[in-house]
Amino acid sequence: MRRNSTLFLAGIVIVLALGFLMPWVLKNPFYFFVGYIVLQYVTVATGWNILGGYAGYINFGAAGFFGAGVYLSAFLFTTFGLPLPVCILAAAIVGAILGVLMGYLTLRIQGIYFAIATLGLVVVLETLVHNISALGGASGMAVYGPRPPAWSPGPSQYNFTVMLVIAVASVALARFVEISWIGRGLRAVRASEDAAECSGVPTLRLKLLACALSGAVLAAAGAPYPFYTSFVEPVTAFSLIIGLNAIAMPLIGGTKSWAGPVLGALLLASVQQIATVTISSELNILFVGLVLIAFVAFAPGGLSSLVGRKQRRSVA
Amino acid sequence: MMFSIDILLNAIVTGILLGSVYAALALGLAITFGILHIPNIAHPTLVVAGAFFVYTLCQWGLDPVVAALIGLVPFYILGVALYLFYSGVFEQRGGANVLQSLTLFFGLSLVIEILLSLGFGSELKSVSVSYIGSSLKLGLLTIPYRLLIPALLGPLMIAAVWLYLSRTSAGTAIRAVAHEERALSIAGLDPASVKRHAFGIATATAVVAGAALIMVGPIEPFAGRYQIGRVFAIVVLAGMGSIPGSLVIAITIGIAEALVSSYLNPSWSPGVAFAILLIGLAGRPQGLFGGAR
Amino acid sequence: MKTRREFHKLVAATAVGLAAPAIPGSRAFAEDKPIRIGASVSLTGPLASTKNGLIGYELWRDDVNAAGGLLGRKVELVTYDDQSSAANVPAIYSKLIDVDACDVLFSPYGANLSAPVMPFIKQRDLFMIGMFGLAGNDVARHDKFFHSGPWGPNSGRDWARGFFDLAKAQGVTKIAIINADLEFSKNAAKGGAEVAKEYGMDVVFNQSYPPNTTDFSSIIRNINAADPEAIFIASYPADSTAIIRGIKEIGISDKVKLFGGAMIGPQYGALLSSLGPELNGIVNSHTFVPEPTMQTPAIKGFFSRYTPIAVEQGVDPLGFYIPPFYYVAGQLAEAAIKGSNSVDPAKMAEYLHANEVDTIAGKIGFNEIGDWKERRVLMVQLRGIKGNDLEQFRNPGHQVILDPPSLKTGDLAGPYNAARAG
Repeated sequence: MRRNSTLFLAGIVIVLALGFLMPWVLKNPFYFFVGYIVLQYVTVATGWNILGGYAGYINFGAAGFFGAGVYLSAFLFTTFGLPLPVCILAAAIVGAILGVLMGYLTLRIQGIYFAIATLGLVVVLETLVHNISALGGASGMAVYGPRPPAWSPGPSQYNFTVMLVIAVASVALARFVEISWIGRGLRAVRASEDAAECSGVPTLRLKLLACALSGAVLAAAGAPYPFYTSFVEPVTAFSLIIGLNAIAMPLIGGTKSWAGPVLGALLLASVQQIATVTISSELNILFVGLVLIAFVAFAPGGLSSLVGRKQRRSVA
Repeated sequence: MMFSIDILLNAIVTGILLGSVYAALALGLAITFGILHIPNIAHPTLVVAGAFFVYTLCQWGLDPVVAALIGLVPFYILGVALYLFYSGVFEQRGGANVLQSLTLFFGLSLVIEILLSLGFGSELKSVSVSYIGSSLKLGLLTIPYRLLIPALLGPLMIAAVWLYLSRTSAGTAIRAVAHEERALSIAGLDPASVKRHAFGIATATAVVAGAALIMVGPIEPFAGRYQIGRVFAIVVLAGMGSIPGSLVIAITIGIAEALVSSYLNPSWSPGVAFAILLIGLAGRPQGLFGGAR
Repeated sequence: MKTRREFHKLVAATAVGLAAPAIPGSRAFAEDKPIRIGASVSLTGPLASTKNGLIGYELWRDDVNAAGGLLGRKVELVTYDDQSSAANVPAIYSKLIDVDACDVLFSPYGANLSAPVMPFIKQRDLFMIGMFGLAGNDVARHDKFFHSGPWGPNSGRDWARGFFDLAKAQGVTKIAIINADLEFSKNAAKGGAEVAKEYGMDVVFNQSYPPNTTDFSSIIRNINAADPEAIFIASYPADSTAIIRGIKEIGISDKVKLFGGAMIGPQYGALLSSLGPELNGIVNSHTFVPEPTMQTPAIKGFFSRYTPIAVEQGVDPLGFYIPPFYYVAGQLAEAAIKGSNSVDPAKMAEYLHANEVDTIAGKIGFNEIGDWKERRVLMVQLRGIKGNDLEQFRNPGHQVILDPPSLKTGDLAGPYNAARAG
């Protein structure tokens, strides 16, 4: 574990360094525009997986947390002029609170019911936001973002770097949860909640903690979004594709460990970004649907389990 | 808001009618999810597919109800095929976990939506029948036939299915299969064929529900998304396996939405079904009518 | 990092695959590089009925290239499908500028889809023609944005003023307003309420509804209970249909003199055909109708070319509402480029602010935020519609222009219940 942690830390440092240097090497801002979305999904998938993969509680309402982060951040910035890091932190805190609330409401029910109830959360939040005129309602809110600081050549690059920091922090958090006592407890819950409860695992507290962490990361993923698009409106902020990707990416990459969501997000988001603009959009959705079915049918553990299987076979 | 008695009465009646239509939509899910415990999240999309089937036949001059009856057999076969696919996929692993089944059906619903979109285009399609557009006037009430006829389909279909499930041996087998697979096979029945049959029936109800839906208003390929919430809310709140319960809950939700729309603001009605669901689940997780699970 | 390299390969492949030799940062090319006009069009999704506008763009491009191009260079259109979703718009326009190196931008269709692009073009100081985006530039106030649509100045409040002018002339004192909860319709309703108050009318009912509402029974009953003399509606095709059908089912008071206003839908062939005679009597906004005061050889020529292409593509064969103004957008860009002899945004904008342009929709002059100096939104009353045949709409008399006075071809036939009969 010790050696792995050092390797991981080294990896983080390299990724961050590259992230800060790249904008000065690659001049075209479009790379960073696209890269932002990929990193956003890395964060979303990682956040979702803390509850969905580690604890086994499928959250269909990832878009609700994401949208909450988007709107809170936009509201704080345009109304109070708070700096970006504060907005992100505030979004994370609110995300955590929402997570705990959702947990209290729904965690007494297991399995499928939980999943459906979470779907309801998105609709309720979206309806709420729709009806609050201070948040722009249906017509949305225009957000003129902050000027990028001197160490970044432009707004797209700045947003990219900010998102990179958030993504790295989220992955580090997910890894920490996985290898700590929290992760062990969650794995027990996922395997058999009753058995875990009987063995003295504080299941409710652990689940609430997972809800809070998952909610915080999902909301943080949404916090820089208003500055990225310069405009927020409810349909985009709470969009179905976010909830869909939040589930598809860990499923494809593998739900058992922090690497799975990262892998799934990098692959699926990149493909979607290319497909959205080059192929017909409908074929894009068809593709995601078929991919999902294929993975569920043939590789339910995701890509990382496929790789694991190959390694084991080559050893044996 | 004006508190006149005729707005209140009409709102309640509209709510009852819409609720009956919602119940028709939810019936298939009440069977697959409520009784068989298969989370067929693609059911609303199947209803939309049924609506397009009815639309196509109506283009050739058929009445939507007749079209729906014609569709019963093809959709039954479709349901059987879907079940075979589902069980085939998960058979090797001896059962599916929640994420996998939900994802499979989610993927299926996306594929169906896109195929509908590619086949019919993304614009709204509606049917025009002679009785759509006129209303029945009963004293203070004005009831559009557009709502009345589909609202009759719902309870009729539910009654038919309920009678089948409670009075026939095949129906009893369906009700038993989720809990007592072993007992069934000891009794000489094949659980897989019972589930197949049930799935087929559930999908056949989708075409009737689709006819109801397209009579009420125009539809487009992605219309299923707006119904997922309501439909699941109905099935879950009614309690798994309670078919009459789903009719009661559906009508309650219909009335709640109509009242919110009339007296508060229509912008709040999308959230009504879910708000009711969340409160209901927080209070009584096993639903209001059905057996505990 | 393996995945980083993969990512870069993917992005590089995209750039190459689009045949756009975009050298990051600099643009030092020979004069024979084509002039690129970039836009997103809603080919799929709920707004897909607006895709016939693309024919307008393409007819213009073909005309310009047949005449030798602009500044001796060929004109190229670069378009993407935004799927009627505002979420896709920022990425598409970023791509149009940074990867496809477009010189001029046309906005997506309408206010809802254009709103996300306004901060972007302002921050990057780009030249753009707005397509049917009501009051799109009122907040950003970008000086290089120009409307191709006839909304006029202060469009947020005034574009539908014609409806209220007609109501005032009829002595209307009580008015009901309903709108779909989307950018355009919300703005239209808000503006309408302001004008109504200005004219001393009492807004007896004012409500918005969720975009996918299909049943309007309770709203219509509430409207009837409020007893208005005119009803102003800002809706989209689906709700427009449902509302008109709902009125037929539930009925409305004879007191209502004016019904309609900002309903999107009755301008499209699809709804004219499916609703047919049910549309009789409504007084609704439009941009072009084949009435004697608007027919010119130029626009007749446009439609004679548009119709065969539309029939072949299976889109609206009438195409009155949108396609002419997509052609106009091209003409505006053409005037700006030729007039300033460059593709520099500042020079092009300066030219358009200082000069009138002659287009198939008439002469156009702009104010400082790109609105037409003079509002030319039509308020037409649909009349004498029989059956569901579309060809009847090519003849005058079915969409009678009531406002603006300079283009008027008839008087209001009221009240609404009487006009509904035909």
